[in-house]
Amino acid sequence: MQVNMTINGQEADEEIEPRMLLVHFIRDRLGLTGTHWGCDTSNCGTCVVLIDGEPVKSCTTLAAMVSGHDVTTVEGLEVDGVLDPVQEGFMQCHGLQCGFCTPGMMLTARALINKNPDPTDGVIREAISGQICRCTGYATIVRSIHWAADHDAAVSVGSAS
Amino acid sequence: MTTTEPSPEAVEEERPIGFGRLLRKEDPRLIRGMGKFVDDIQLPGMLHLAILRSPMAHARIVSIDTSAAQALPKVVAVITGADLAEKGLAWMPTLSNDVQAVLATDKVRFQHQEVAFVVAEDRYSARDALELIDVEYERLDPVIDVRTALDADVPVIRDDLEGKTDNHIFDWETGDEAATDAVFDSADVVVSEEIIYPRVHPAPMETCGCIADFERVAGKLTLWCTSQAPHAHRTVYALVTGLPEHKIRLIAPDIGGGFGNKVPIYPGYVCAIVASLVIGKPVKWMEDRTENLVSTGFARDYVMKADIAATKEGKILAVRTDVLADHGAFNGVAAPVKYPAGFFGVFTGSYDLEAAYAKMTAVYTNKAPGGVAYACSFRITEAVYLVERIVDCLAYELGMDPAELRLKNLLKPEQFPYSTKTGWVYDSGNYEPALRKAMEMAGYDELRREQAEKRERGELMGIGVSFFTEAVGAGPRKDMDILGLGMADGCELRIHPTGKAVIRLSVKSQGQGHETTFAQIVAEEIGIPPEDIEVLEGDTDNTPFGLGTYGSRSTPVSGAAAALVTRKVRDKAQIIASGMLEVSVADLEWNKGSFSVKGDPSKSVTIQDIAMRAHGAGDLPEGIEGGLEAQICYNPENLTYPFGAYICVVDVDPGTAVVKVRRFIAVDDCGTQINPMIIEGQVHGGLTDGVGMATMQMIAFDEDGNCLSGSLMDYLIPTALEVPDWETGYTVTPSPHHPIGAKGIGESATVGSPPAVVNAIVDALKPYGVRHADMPLTPSRVWEAMQGNHTPPI
Ligand code: FES
Ligand code: FES
Repeated sequence: MQVNMTINGQEADEEIEPRMLLVHFIRDRLGLTGTHWGCDTSNCGTCVVLIDGEPVKSCTTLAAMVSGHDVTTVEGLEVDGVLDPVQEGFMQCHGLQCGFCTPGMMLTARALINKNPDPTDGVIREAISGQICRCTGYATIVRSIHWAADHDAAVSVGSAS
Repeated sequence: MTTTEPSPEAVEEERPIGFGRLLRKEDPRLIRGMGKFVDDIQLPGMLHLAILRSPMAHARIVSIDTSAAQALPKVVAVITGADLAEKGLAWMPTLSNDVQAVLATDKVRFQHQEVAFVVAEDRYSARDALELIDVEYERLDPVIDVRTALDADVPVIRDDLEGKTDNHIFDWETGDEAATDAVFDSADVVVSEEIIYPRVHPAPMETCGCIADFERVAGKLTLWCTSQAPHAHRTVYALVTGLPEHKIRLIAPDIGGGFGNKVPIYPGYVCAIVASLVIGKPVKWMEDRTENLVSTGFARDYVMKADIAATKEGKILAVRTDVLADHGAFNGVAAPVKYPAGFFGVFTGSYDLEAAYAKMTAVYTNKAPGGVAYACSFRITEAVYLVERIVDCLAYELGMDPAELRLKNLLKPEQFPYSTKTGWVYDSGNYEPALRKAMEMAGYDELRREQAEKRERGELMGIGVSFFTEAVGAGPRKDMDILGLGMADGCELRIHPTGKAVIRLSVKSQGQGHETTFAQIVAEEIGIPPEDIEVLEGDTDNTPFGLGTYGSRSTPVSGAAAALVTRKVRDKAQIIASGMLEVSVADLEWNKGSFSVKGDPSKSVTIQDIAMRAHGAGDLPEGIEGGLEAQICYNPENLTYPFGAYICVVDVDPGTAVVKVRRFIAVDDCGTQINPMIIEGQVHGGLTDGVGMATMQMIAFDEDGNCLSGSLMDYLIPTALEVPDWETGYTVTPSPHHPIGAKGIGESATVGSPPAVVNAIVDALKPYGVRHADMPLTPSRVWEAMQGNHTPPI
């Protein structure tokens, strides 16, 4: 079947098997390997992308379901050579170690800050609670997201507006 | 070229000291999604491999029919154990000199054991074909209960081993049994408890996998692999496949967490290699999460009977233990050969004992193989859990505060280097200040007051203390090897003509930040800024030999190698500088980045000047070759012994038995600190592991050997909601034998935190008369403890 969607501002028009998962479409077909895969059961969140600005687990989404929609992956966070404050925050606050969960965490953070520019610790923890990080123990991720919120210059990459 | 003496401030600015908080060099690619993990690599013509696994824990294979799978479009090959046996590849060595089936030939010995594999043009087709393979099994009784594995009437799992008539693997002991028994016989107080450390799994976010690419014309195999130990693995693959070692290049690219899971050799890697050798195309194998949890290296699985002897005043005299170790169907323990129980011998903990004795029996069961590290420093997690739990049981019986009991018994600074009763030499330590600092950060006395008030009101609050000593940095080659490979690490440093540098390491980061910390070590030693130093690792064609990253060994072993190779280069630079400044070597002094003439600082040359001279035209001092580089192989003289004091505060809901970890205070001492930011990160990750193991993580089986923990819905891992905001602190007690005094930090928190959490939960349950309860302390297991019917988890 044919699917057509916008990924990081670019049109993607591809012939696929109907059963193809979005995560495999993004990684194997489009070669955007920043989106990761880490479980079979929608538990880990390493595969999170934004669909029309909302964080979604791309391992549990068929590529076909996203036809006509707007997808942002980690590769779309940096715009014209300028990092998203979320990316900067993760570097500044050591919010990543192996970096495997990081793209998903950052996209969730971006969606959160778009909605809530000044989230509390509790709100941040809740927002990332569908995602697992085995390395950081989360505290530095929480700090990173605060850093991003504090430095967010009305950037709204991936927001639906 | 000489320079005038800069002001001291300018020196600081221009030649930053290497150590200190420095943002990571690996982050710019990772935050852009530009890391390169194994599954990110696509090679032209690459095929995909998927593995068929056994649904039963113990069964004879009667027949396998692969015809329907073979006939599926896009399927290139379907291979069974019989096919591998023809090539002599059906079995492979484990890291403990046992053998493990690559694909089962005679029978399957654990649920999800590898039975056949499919190679197809895409991942979906490979999986489709698995469904079409028809295997007939004849069920055999499984051996699941470790306590009965040695009974006379149970089936023999390893009938592949000649003459094997039982499920026994090894017996091991350490310490002085008679002396220990004598102390116990005359002690005022003896406390005994059965303490279980259940089977857990490291579960890194990236599962294991590889791409094997055999080029027929060159006769060379390139293996991109999730490997924590690239060089050791290359040697094993040479032994398994018969390919000459120089024709194997192993590349470990970015790795999405390891925690010990990526130390062993797994059948999937060998299958991919065989497939590429036979088909002549690149072949990718990536596990799914279930495969990762059910078949790759588990950890722990120790049933420990523990006894502690003390005076009635609370002086601890001796510790004794008898351990039953479940190693699964194949003995795949990753530990130095002479240490079948890893470094469990440090179960004497941080205390000055009169005697100690441990014995252990290891057995086969019909469960997945492993016994690998899970950030455990070779079984020290089990040892520390044992001693820190039984010390708390003693405190309970004596009616003493657990922190006070520990303070009374901790080793004193003047006792170091300290030889334990089981033969370990702790290099350095200053324990009491670490515990006092943790108590101060926690507000310990205030917490106890709060607890007393809450108990009056029927609320359950617990405060848990643990103090741990680790033994890391394996190891001295006279004692330590894995499969005959000594545990010394090579390291090579090259300074380029313009004064930039590249250092090549044998270890391999899985997220620990080697590219940053090793650049800092070199920077500290030679005054070249860290950003001018490239760190290369994870490619056996381009790095020197060494045994890899696990057991917290990168900083203690390769970190020492990096410092010493840099000093070797600096020594040569000094000779070249003496020629440039026309003075004798002895007349030069080092100012972290330049040599100057003693007494005349205006005459100096920078390391960059020296590098250019080393590579340039013109004479060098007599006997000195051009270039500025060196290579060494560092053989550690001893292990290093990081330590720490942890305090955990929990609240338990008396109605639901749900545990909330409210606070966690961790004071760590890893000797000299290279990058405090990275150290804090390592500690945070380990503390999260500790909360996970104490309260939710366990790989469980039913009586038929079905693994009940095959997904992240069943094998629970803490999210951001289950862990608190960590409170960390440090003391610094350098290692006397490590060239920069660093001890390693990768696993301290994983080792030290489980007993702190369990001690806190048990402390919360004190009003119910609970002295001990086994992990994982899920609400149902806590509830059972409150009802007085707590059963062991295995
Ligand atoms: S891959 Fe784990 S939730 Fe999508
Ligand atoms: S940084 Fe490794 S899993 Fe999060």
